[in-house]
Amino acid sequence: MSAVSHSPSADAILACEGLSKHFGGIRAFTDVAFQARRGEVTAVIGDNGAGKSTLIRCLVGVHVPDAGEIFFDGRLHPFANPDEARKAGIETVHQNLALIDELTVAQNLFLNREIVHRIGPLALLDRKAMKQQARAMLSRLSINMPSVSQRVRRLSGGQRQAISICRAAGSGAKLVVMDEPTAALGVQETANVEALIRRLREQAVSVILVSHNFDQVRRLSDQIWVMRAGRMVATVRSSETTGNELVALVTGAA
Amino acid sequence: MTIPEQNAPVHTAGAAEESRPSLSALLLDPSFWADWASVVGLVGLVIVFGISQPVFLSIANLQALLLAAAILVVLSIGQTFVVATAGIDLSLAAAVMLGAIILGLVDAAGYGIFLACVLAVAATSAVGFLNGALITAGRIPDFVVTLGTLSGVTGLGLILSGGEPIMVGSTFLLRLASGSFGPFGYPVWVAISAVLVAHIALYHTRFGVHLLATGGQVESASALGIRTNRVKIAAYTISGFCAGIAALLLVARIGSAEPQINTSLLLNSVAAVVLGGVSLFGGRASILGPAIGALMLTALVNGLTLLSVSAFYQPLAVGAIVVLAALIMRYQK
Repeated sequence: MSAVSHSPSADAILACEGLSKHFGGIRAFTDVAFQARRGEVTAVIGDNGAGKSTLIRCLVGVHVPDAGEIFFDGRLHPFANPDEARKAGIETVHQNLALIDELTVAQNLFLNREIVHRIGPLALLDRKAMKQQARAMLSRLSINMPSVSQRVRRLSGGQRQAISICRAAGSGAKLVVMDEPTAALGVQETANVEALIRRLREQAVSVILVSHNFDQVRRLSDQIWVMRAGRMVATVRSSETTGNELVALVTGAA
Repeated sequence: MTIPEQNAPVHTAGAAEESRPSLSALLLDPSFWADWASVVGLVGLVIVFGISQPVFLSIANLQALLLAAAILVVLSIGQTFVVATAGIDLSLAAAVMLGAIILGLVDAAGYGIFLACVLAVAATSAVGFLNGALITAGRIPDFVVTLGTLSGVTGLGLILSGGEPIMVGSTFLLRLASGSFGPFGYPVWVAISAVLVAHIALYHTRFGVHLLATGGQVESASALGIRTNRVKIAAYTISGFCAGIAALLLVARIGSAEPQINTSLLLNSVAAVVLGGVSLFGGRASILGPAIGALMLTALVNGLTLLSVSAFYQPLAVGAIVVLAALIMRYQK
């Protein structure tokens, strides 16, 4: 831990302390302390309703917490909305992927950060540059896409997930947050997305991963945080834990 | 470092090939016909009318046809921007009437034709802005809002004009209507410029991409930080602006501002958009398609007139073609 009290350790990309969120009388989570280390895959696990999705949404600015502090990249950083989090360098892979079916792969990868070249007062899209960079982004993560000019509608679930992750990682994000990235995928596609997450880690992108799948979490992550009934109850190194221990921590049997 | 096995391509299955399909495969693909419905229809009509009534292909008739199509082309472009956001603008023809009335009144009051034109376009743009604001801020369905403004704007036009037509004897408008540059009359050039500007806006600007994203999946678009409400308001304002341009062309064409709605303009603008391959569910649009669709609908009316078919049959023919186009559209990929 760093010498300064009330601030997270220096190698944390994202951390929070004393975080609480209530919706009316319903307590989502209370007094949560959490941190994700730089360059690591940090997993958050817990049963349905344990509060992990709400916690993630607070961290990326979708919800504003009722109490507590959030630190990002060493600075106190409460985000009022997802756009602010995005500008600061947190990219979220949304559960619905946030892809536009009728647009092409390249258009989706550059949606709302299009490259333009200016001619006087006109700002025209530089489609060639976007296609080129889209190809580079995909190949950097070894995602095989026949054409970046293809409409997303025609892609499989795994390919769509890959594009969504690629968009999040490709924008120079410091931290990529993924909520159940393989929940709707088949066995082969899940393996592909897991390979993609490993590749992100190899490229020193920090990742926060929310998952139900304990085996997946042990395969992919460096550190695991366990939530139960709105509290952060434990944190373990993935290499030092077992599936049985995780089950016990999640259910409260330990 | 990655090892080659890990670096293997992530996705192999389910990928569509990039190579172009052969011509015969293309002609058998219903999606091809759906995408090019307006072009195919226009070519078909030109052939049929050209054979059955050779006057149809005379230079004079083709020039008259293009002149007659100019107003509908401009309106179809406005409608396209709205339909691309998965909306619809039913107040389009009413806005044209309001624009014409305001043009006539301001001109009659002696403020000059220039100010009259500017105020007319400003008024119709304001109607569009109001539509967009009510739909987004008021969270009222587009259909209801524009139906409401259709009625409201019609009433406003009647109140302002007292129900009487206003003669507009401006030499500027007369020259706009009857003058020509090169092979085309000025109204045709106005329509061509509108097509060009709209095409660039849709395909070569961030606004165009955001418009299609908003029409395609509005939640995804806003999750990525696109201000979808602003995009929608802009689309309706563009539609209103196009109505204003159409009002200028209309007043120039008939020489007066009539306090009545040309309902066929509204229906044909939607028809041209459908014929042009624009998805009524939003997210997919082109400018050339609806423009050619408008041209095709005008050619249909023109040809039927030349063949001495009663005007009563024209709406029937337009209706049949639009429904047919919508049926083909179901095969669009």
